[in-house]
Amino acid sequence: MTILSSGTQPVRIEQDVVLARQTTRKLAQDCGMRLIDLTKLVTAVSELARNTMVYGGGGDMDWQVVEEGGRTGLRVIFRDEGPGIPDLKLAMTDGWTSGNGLGLGLTGAKRLVEDFELDTAPGAGTRITIARWI
Amino acid sequence: MERIPILQMGEFLLVTIQVDMHDQLALTLQDDLSERISRTSARGVLIDISALDIVDSFIGRMIGTISGLSRIMDAETVLVGMQPAVAITLVELGLTLPGVSTALNVERGMKLLHQRVAQQ
Repeated sequence: MTILSSGTQPVRIEQDVVLARQTTRKLAQDCGMRLIDLTKLVTAVSELARNTMVYGGGGDMDWQVVEEGGRTGLRVIFRDEGPGIPDLKLAMTDGWTSGNGLGLGLTGAKRLVEDFELDTAPGAGTRITIARWI
Repeated sequence: MERIPILQMGEFLLVTIQVDMHDQLALTLQDDLSERISRTSARGVLIDISALDIVDSFIGRMIGTISGLSRIMDAETVLVGMQPAVAITLVELGLTLPGVSTALNVERGMKLLHQRVAQQ
């Protein structure tokens, strides 16, 4: 996999969630992503960025425009050094929330992207990598 | 403080969301709307989201709360103008907005509100 371009931005305050959405939208548009795929990706980014801010205590978002086997993709990574997710199975259950949300953030975001990878351990933070391909 | 404007049209309130809302702005709108419904005795609320490129679970929840809250306060809520890509994404996200009335555009939404209020 070749990384064509990349960048990082903070996800610490509410306004950063808006900026995360805007960056993703701009990148996806520049890659020529279809509107429906773009909308799904931006929505997933919104959910995960909010999780990073609220549950992870803030973190960063890395983005990468990548190429593999002649396909271009947009990969977004959310990382925080928060408390981590103690029970992953529970966290990946629709409707379950440790806060006061709807419990659709993680599971919903997973459904909206093609690649979804989650690394977490109690006390060791959380890292979620998502991607959509064009 | 940044706010989403709420317009009064007779016995209805009209909200057009035209900015990419951060969470606090959405919560402020929720509070402002309930206060306005109470103050104006509005019978209906029309929320136009045609300018919204995405609706995530937070905004979805806000819409559901406004709808439920206005019902308790004797007002109907109709959500209008959802873009097709947003609708598809919402369903895939798992958010089907139960109990929220929708219409394709403002005109149809207004018609629906008039009908609902006339029925009562």
